Amino acid sequence: MSEISVRAPKIRRDRLKRKLYFFSTVAALLILAAFFSEYLCPYDPYEQNMSLAKAAPSAQHLLGTDRYGRDMFSRVIAGSFTSIFSTLALVCFITGFGTIIGIFCAWMGKWIDTVLMRLADMFLAFPGLVFALAVAAVLGGGVHNAIFALAAISWPKYARLARSQTLAQQELPYMQAVRMAGSSPLKIIGKHVLPNIAGPILVTAMLDIGTMMIELAGLSFLGLGAKPPIPEWGSMMSDTRNLLATQPWVTLSPGFAIFFSVMIFNLLGDTVRDWLDPKNRR
Amino acid sequence: METVLETRNLRKVFSAGSREQVLAVDDVSFTVGVGEKVAIIGESGSGKTTVAKLVTRLLAVTSGQIFLDGVDITNARGNTLKQAYRKMQMVFQSPIDSFDPRCTLGDGIAESLRNHGATKAEAQAETARLLTLCGLRADFANCYPHEVSGGQCQRAAIARALAIAPQLLILDEATSALDVTVQAEIMALLNRLQQELSMSYLFICHDIALVQDFCDRVLVMKDGRIVEEGTAEAIIRHPQIEYTQMLIDSVL
Repeated sequence: MSEISVRAPKIRRDRLKRKLYFFSTVAALLILAAFFSEYLCPYDPYEQNMSLAKAAPSAQHLLGTDRYGRDMFSRVIAGSFTSIFSTLALVCFITGFGTIIGIFCAWMGKWIDTVLMRLADMFLAFPGLVFALAVAAVLGGGVHNAIFALAAISWPKYARLARSQTLAQQELPYMQAVRMAGSSPLKIIGKHVLPNIAGPILVTAMLDIGTMMIELAGLSFLGLGAKPPIPEWGSMMSDTRNLLATQPWVTLSPGFAIFFSVMIFNLLGDTVRDWLDPKNRR
Repeated sequence: METVLETRNLRKVFSAGSREQVLAVDDVSFTVGVGEKVAIIGESGSGKTTVAKLVTRLLAVTSGQIFLDGVDITNARGNTLKQAYRKMQMVFQSPIDSFDPRCTLGDGIAESLRNHGATKAEAQAETARLLTLCGLRADFANCYPHEVSGGQCQRAAIARALAIAPQLLILDEATSALDVTVQAEIMALLNRLQQELSMSYLFICHDIALVQDFCDRVLVMKDGRIVEEGTAEAIIRHPQIEYTQMLIDSVL
């Protein structure tokens, strides 16, 4: 009996480790595939061939062709580049920007903190996608503007998180010792605060990849993201949505690509969170 | 006697909410002479630790003045404060928590050396010397705070405080988180260091027995005020007020 209770945490941790390796490998493969998508496409994703339009899946065209006769398999692969890298860029940007603002607020305190945090509250009060829609509509379409629109609405979450984590660190006894060592504020933040607050922020960022991917695809679906000839999963679904009843594969294949990528990144995020959870430590 | 630390009429008011105010330290004036060992004793909540934090400028004073080595540091900031920290250092109550959990003990000890211009190699050599001086092996520099015992960690904390050769060492309940035998070892270490380095000590403690052989002078605090002052001998033999008698009785 006692043996089981001693071994249980270790087994759980081993399983967690396997899960972590598995999901990070799949996520890494996905990112690699997106990076080399140009070389992985069997056909040119832009080439139209009207004689082959709306062909059903076959050995030549694994996922069939759309109404212009473009190979769907190539377009889904090419679309991964836009979808995955826009998402990663977006998440990196909001994580970095939000964290900097959050630490700055916690460190300065007083009116700077109040002003910036009320501003963050204002952004948080808007329904996210609706606000992003408005921003993207004002700026016009394009992937860059869609990223900007979503970044504008998404940074406050990270600012709040980084701020509360920094405030918590400032209360810890070691902070007084560090201050008495004569370290400058920049050194204290870089060497002591950041490494200590990085865990929860990274986990939030990992879990946000899926959400951001769906929101970017959503904006593209509504015509405010990637412009039509560019393969992007959201806009591909939007392009082909009236074919759903007759040639479902052209709508479903980008849809499945979104589903699969979001699932992988979410599962990876969950696993990383469990891995960093102190309850699962040795 | 020359003084290294002087406080004049220190007051600290904490405001909780808009109405409620707590007077934590009220009109505290005292001096610490060069090479002198002064203890502040008192029950929990008497304001001892607040005094330590005010003196080290970790808290801002509400009113009053602090002079360190003749320089007014009451409102010191930036570089003035950095220079002040060359002259005084503090050892904290909970040794493990006083080190950054993500840095090694060596990093923690070397930090002040590096901040005051030592190269990496110099800091490393000095860290090893300090650890040995405080009775630890030099390879403790590579340990993380959670890997060592409380007593070992407190020795490392003392090494850190000594790193830039301060004139005044403030010990805020430095031994109260440790068990009795380790406590005795740490006190012996502090005694030896004082003889070797002739520093001044400001020793904040709730345990009068611990300070009686060690300190030249004892200040007794109650409710934020200094209620009695005298040599350790005199205070223990002939306490002037009931409160001091109570503190003595509680340990003897």
